[in-house]
Amino acid sequence: MLRRFTPLLPAVALLLVFFAGPMLWSVYTAFTDMALTGSVSVDFVGADNFTRMAQDPAFLHSLLLTLVFVVGSAVIGQNTLGLLIALLLRGRGRASRTVVTGLIIAAWAVPETVAGFCWYAFLYRTGTLNQLLQHFGVQQNWLYTTPMLAVILANVWRGTAFSMLVYSAALSDVPPELVEAAQVDGASAWQRLRHITLPMIRRSIVSNLMLITLQTLAAFGLIYVMTGGGPGNASQTTPLYMYQQSFKFYQLGYGTAMALVLLLIGGLFSLIYLRLIKLEDG
Amino acid sequence: MIRRLPVYLALAVVAVAFLLPFGWLLIASVQPGAALNADITWEVSAANFTDILDADTVFIPMWNSFVISGGTALLTVLVAVFAAYPLSRYRTSFGRSFLFVILFATGLPITAVMVPVYAMYSRFNLIDSVPATIAFMAASSLPFAVWMMKNFMDSVPVSLEEAAWTDGAGWFQSLRRIVLPLMVPGLTVVLIFTFVLQWGNFFVPFILLLSPEKQPASVTIYTFFSQYGQVAYGQLAAFSILYTAPVILLYSALSKVLGGAFSLTGAVKG
Repeated sequence: MLRRFTPLLPAVALLLVFFAGPMLWSVYTAFTDMALTGSVSVDFVGADNFTRMAQDPAFLHSLLLTLVFVVGSAVIGQNTLGLLIALLLRGRGRASRTVVTGLIIAAWAVPETVAGFCWYAFLYRTGTLNQLLQHFGVQQNWLYTTPMLAVILANVWRGTAFSMLVYSAALSDVPPELVEAAQVDGASAWQRLRHITLPMIRRSIVSNLMLITLQTLAAFGLIYVMTGGGPGNASQTTPLYMYQQSFKFYQLGYGTAMALVLLLIGGLFSLIYLRLIKLEDG
Repeated sequence: MIRRLPVYLALAVVAVAFLLPFGWLLIASVQPGAALNADITWEVSAANFTDILDADTVFIPMWNSFVISGGTALLTVLVAVFAAYPLSRYRTSFGRSFLFVILFATGLPITAVMVPVYAMYSRFNLIDSVPATIAFMAASSLPFAVWMMKNFMDSVPVSLEEAAWTDGAGWFQSLRRIVLPLMVPGLTVVLIFTFVLQWGNFFVPFILLLSPEKQPASVTIYTFFSQYGQVAYGQLAAFSILYTAPVILLYSALSKVLGGAFSLTGAVKG
């Protein structure tokens, strides 16, 4: 029995050393005052890092921004837009499908530094968006006036492809006869969507929501390139705050405690997702 | 056709909205002296590209990206193939729990793991080491790779192997001679997918690699960009395009292998 699983050993070793190891280590570090300043002594400080977190307005602010970012860009933005585009593309000709999905997937495929950079230039004071808007008299430096909206839009742009692909696959499994039958019975387009299509793809909706939440929760590069968390801390989500505390202020113990909180939130969503796909099997 | 007009109009709006943010990048890359604005001059040249084609700016970072993502992809595929074999071939409760843990791990935020990884690496003097960075990147891409690989391997019928087993072939021979040749498309998908993902990875090398001569393009492009005030934006745009091109090419190749539509999301759905 054990010999059969020998081929699993390299994977187990790699995962234990570089994945599980650091996570267990983080449980320990989160309860110490470890700092990057070179001081040798590391003291056990109990739950200090966690009480500090609960009282740190900057941390609570970052948590709120993370929630806004996840709900705004993933749950509302990517999810709704992805579904909408998948619905619009259903039954369209090959040419329009290729062009639209090609562009959306290109936005997804671009490395996040380049994506952040494209959006920085797009929203810049003299950038493309303002050039287009100048005819309407709305002009401002979006990265300063509305930094959260800016990073949310950029993340919707970057991540919609995933939801679109999930929903295109799910929609192709909905039998057309069902929808046609409802049409014959006089159901409006909205009624057909609301009472037939959406209930049929509900499992895809829930798993898509879980997956994009997990992907968005710890987003770093895109926000870091576009705003660096600023101005001030106006777009400093928890991963950026964690980075600042750990690597700029050398508070590794505190930063690790925050990492642990993110891991717990991620772990929770991951478990919910696993329960869902289990239901699908059974 | 008239009835369909609103739909096509909506799709056109979507297409333009997704194209616009690319616009500046594409235009600035061919305009000498481009700035961060959308002013278009009719002066078009490849000067931005030719100016940056030297070792320090482009070749070394791109080579580093290639070594790091290629090394990660190869290591990941090698380890994942071995891991997938028993998971696909023997249905045991141990295998099921292992898959459960693997799936659970695919959901964990890598960004959060980076702080303790940094602490661990600095303790063992592994910061600024390319092999150690590759090892971590392989470990972090392993859960999803094992999951995809297992699904691909499941589609190779066990009956093909039974003859080999009765002839006394061990798991390694059976895997190498029978299973692997039949799942070349699957191997290619996992390899390209891991490569593309790590090619764009910014945070991990940003934290673990400190010397500029070891950093991949994802990090040097950010360094280039964050030198406020003295950025040659046209050159930066040109560099971005050179850095993005391989990813776009590989994605197109990937969608060819997968038969037009991406079924990667199907692998995710489980």
